[in-house]
Amino acid sequence: MGFYFAQLLTGLANASSLFLIACGLSIIFGVTRIVNFAHGSLYMLGAYIAYTLVTTIHAGPFGFWASVLLSAAAVALVGAVIEILILRRIYRAPELFQLVATFGVLLIIQDATLAIWGAEDLLGPRAPGLDRAVRIFGEPIPEYDLALIVIGPVVLGLITLVFRKTRWGVLVRAATQDREMVGALGVNQRWLFTSAFMLGAFLAGLGGALQVPRESVSLLMDLSVIGEAFVVVVIGGMGSVGGAFVAAIIISVLNAFGVLVFPQISLILPFLVMAIVLVVRPYGLFGSPASAHGAPPVPEAPMRPLNQAGIVAMTLVVVAFAALPVVDDGFILVLAVDLFVAVLFAASLHLIMGVGGMVSFGHAAYFGLGAYAAALAVKTLGLPMLPAMLFGPLAAALGAAVFGWFCVRLSGVYLAMLTLAAAQILWGVTFQWQSVTGGDDGILGVWPASWASREVYFYLALAVTVVGLALIRRIANSPFGYTLRGGRDSPTRAEAIGIDLKAHQWLGFIIAGALAGVAGVLFAFAKGSVFPETLAIGHSIDALIMVLLGGVQSLLGPLFGATAFVLIEDWVTRLDYWRFIFGAIILLICIAAPDGIAGGLSRLWRLVRPGTPRSGRPA
Amino acid sequence: MSVLSVRGLTKTFGGIKAVSDVSFDLEKAEFLALIGPNGAGKTTCFNMLNGYLRPDAGSVKLDGTELVGIRPRKVWRMGVGRTFQITETFASMTVRENVQMALISHHRQTLDITHRARALHVAEADALLARVGMAADADRATSELAYGDLKRLELAVALAHRPKVLLMDEPTAGMAPSERIALMALTGDIIKAEGVSVLFTEHDMDVVFTHAHRILVLNRGRLIAEGTGAEIRANAEVQAVYLGGGSVFHGEAGGAHG
Repeated sequence: MGFYFAQLLTGLANASSLFLIACGLSIIFGVTRIVNFAHGSLYMLGAYIAYTLVTTIHAGPFGFWASVLLSAAAVALVGAVIEILILRRIYRAPELFQLVATFGVLLIIQDATLAIWGAEDLLGPRAPGLDRAVRIFGEPIPEYDLALIVIGPVVLGLITLVFRKTRWGVLVRAATQDREMVGALGVNQRWLFTSAFMLGAFLAGLGGALQVPRESVSLLMDLSVIGEAFVVVVIGGMGSVGGAFVAAIIISVLNAFGVLVFPQISLILPFLVMAIVLVVRPYGLFGSPASAHGAPPVPEAPMRPLNQAGIVAMTLVVVAFAALPVVDDGFILVLAVDLFVAVLFAASLHLIMGVGGMVSFGHAAYFGLGAYAAALAVKTLGLPMLPAMLFGPLAAALGAAVFGWFCVRLSGVYLAMLTLAAAQILWGVTFQWQSVTGGDDGILGVWPASWASREVYFYLALAVTVVGLALIRRIANSPFGYTLRGGRDSPTRAEAIGIDLKAHQWLGFIIAGALAGVAGVLFAFAKGSVFPETLAIGHSIDALIMVLLGGVQSLLGPLFGATAFVLIEDWVTRLDYWRFIFGAIILLICIAAPDGIAGGLSRLWRLVRPGTPRSGRPA
Repeated sequence: MSVLSVRGLTKTFGGIKAVSDVSFDLEKAEFLALIGPNGAGKTTCFNMLNGYLRPDAGSVKLDGTELVGIRPRKVWRMGVGRTFQITETFASMTVRENVQMALISHHRQTLDITHRARALHVAEADALLARVGMAADADRATSELAYGDLKRLELAVALAHRPKVLLMDEPTAGMAPSERIALMALTGDIIKAEGVSVLFTEHDMDVVFTHAHRILVLNRGRLIAEGTGAEIRANAEVQAVYLGGGSVFHGEAGGAHG
């Protein structure tokens, strides 16, 4: 009895910290419609700043709590800087360009933190006056946990009060409901957005600062918390503070008891709960349909067929690649195969995201499924390379069929979050199913057949990639691809001309999954091994960055994006503080060319050749 | 015999009867208006006709086939097209491609990946665009169109599968008076030429009295009058519903002033 009660209290204490982070994220999304990937970084910053303050100021309980509040305020200022310098420039950019920009911020903060505080984990002191444990039902409960349990509801109460009683709070709620209406009423949106972002950052910083007495401060805090914070926001309903509170309690308490039954469940439990909630309630517990979408997208220009010059250029590119082995048979070939894998992966994501309008945060799941299926076919079934390769797209298509069936029932941010959940569940399974997948050790020795030298494998990869890209292009121009595009433009119109949109979207999801699986297969044999990282969130984000860098609205986008990504990554990762540089590059592209490299190039082209027809944007 | 026959249509939302025992017929090649004050139940009625909303009671028969309980997209395939109060088009496509999509769907080719969508049904699409006077705009981006042109494009899209019945929800909402008359005159021509039957809702009484062959008046979910323009204008109950309704009904048939 006492033990379970103690477990419940631990869950509630965790819920309070999780709530602080998630509710800031939710407020920011509600007002600005930005999915702030850097929110975990603000939380981490809060912890680091609090560590420094607490260890510098020794003034008992007052000093401790003052340090906590000061840290939160400092993070709020950082938030203001981020909002004014970066986000303000990209509010009108395509919905998920902002996600990539905030990912760039995440990378920059990570290296800035590393430079200031170093790589060592820092263990802060306990909270003065709350450093003992009290016995409840015979079990020791840290006093600090009890304090946290109180702080969560107090913060919820304060926010509710501000939202109900102040003009500012009313505006925030109104903006969450209908942003355009608030703009039409003559409210200064700039100040509203900045202040909402500052409040969100303050809460994240507060959450981080309050963690100092509980856990060591480390550079892993940002990514470890962001996944769960997303889950909480989605379960509660994007933009709903009360929903975030309820969801934080559900997740934390379930986790506290779940680990008793199955110790590793915490890796996948939050995502499992989210998947179930979204299937039952597509907009979360307290969300509304309006909360699913960001700013309305600028309509893109109609597709134009590739002209003669384009066909010649593409052929030349392929021929140039085919001639590579003449120049070099070593590192460049390895890099080129990496490039093919990335291009095919990005293009498959583009098919569902650009053409189909379904944003996937978890596309790496199908890449990883393909890689693992092929690797297992070699290691477990003992198949030769070519037959084993077929297992990749098959497994990926099967996985995409299962998860896609649920995903196409949602839209907007909720769809993106469910794809994230699906990928996270698969990652968790791969990580823990040691007997089959090798867990963290991965599967080694997946080398190409003996007849496939480095050069032969290069040509195989080139051929597969070219065929894959041609297929994607063909689909995009076909009636099926147009149907997906139509469903993206107007689901209402699609249904009104007799189209079963969900069925088409499901099929599109499966095809894109299978193609990602092909990329995974090429990857597995190129590296000779497969690890759980191939399915991880980071890898899904890589693909998103590639597509968005290239430009979502162009079929050539993924080619440019993946090429830029692979080359930049290869160059930058050799440097110190490469995350900082990489993040800065991402931000630069986001701000300078919000329509991606392909879009930026075509704008440049129009400047040079004013006679070229403009895109379909209203003048 | 009527093309669309509606009997005893009823829908209740949380104890309030939005539509109550509505019955009417839509004849072949008829231009039928459904009017009524805001909240009379016009849109609810409309949505029950094409499967977007399931009625609590009643039946909707298209040439004798029951439509109640059938999904909207099946209803479309059976020959009931619709246009929207706020236009719904594929913004990233050209004008022609919008019509081609409807034709592709009509010919059940949406799963095809062997052809180029752009090359399918070009002549048929262009003929439909010519029908609504938009032949010259075929290659323009839909996102560039003026609102009146979008309405005409929707009409071309709605005609693509040669519907027996066309439902138009406030077709002239948000249009300039001259555009309204042009669009309704065009619709009238199409009805005459193709024999399609059109049911439309409308707030502009000039439009209604000028173009409709017959008028249904809905108030608080009930059908209170049915008849020609002259009959409706003379109806005391209708006048009472449109308080001080004289001003609303000033437009004489054929003499719309805009």
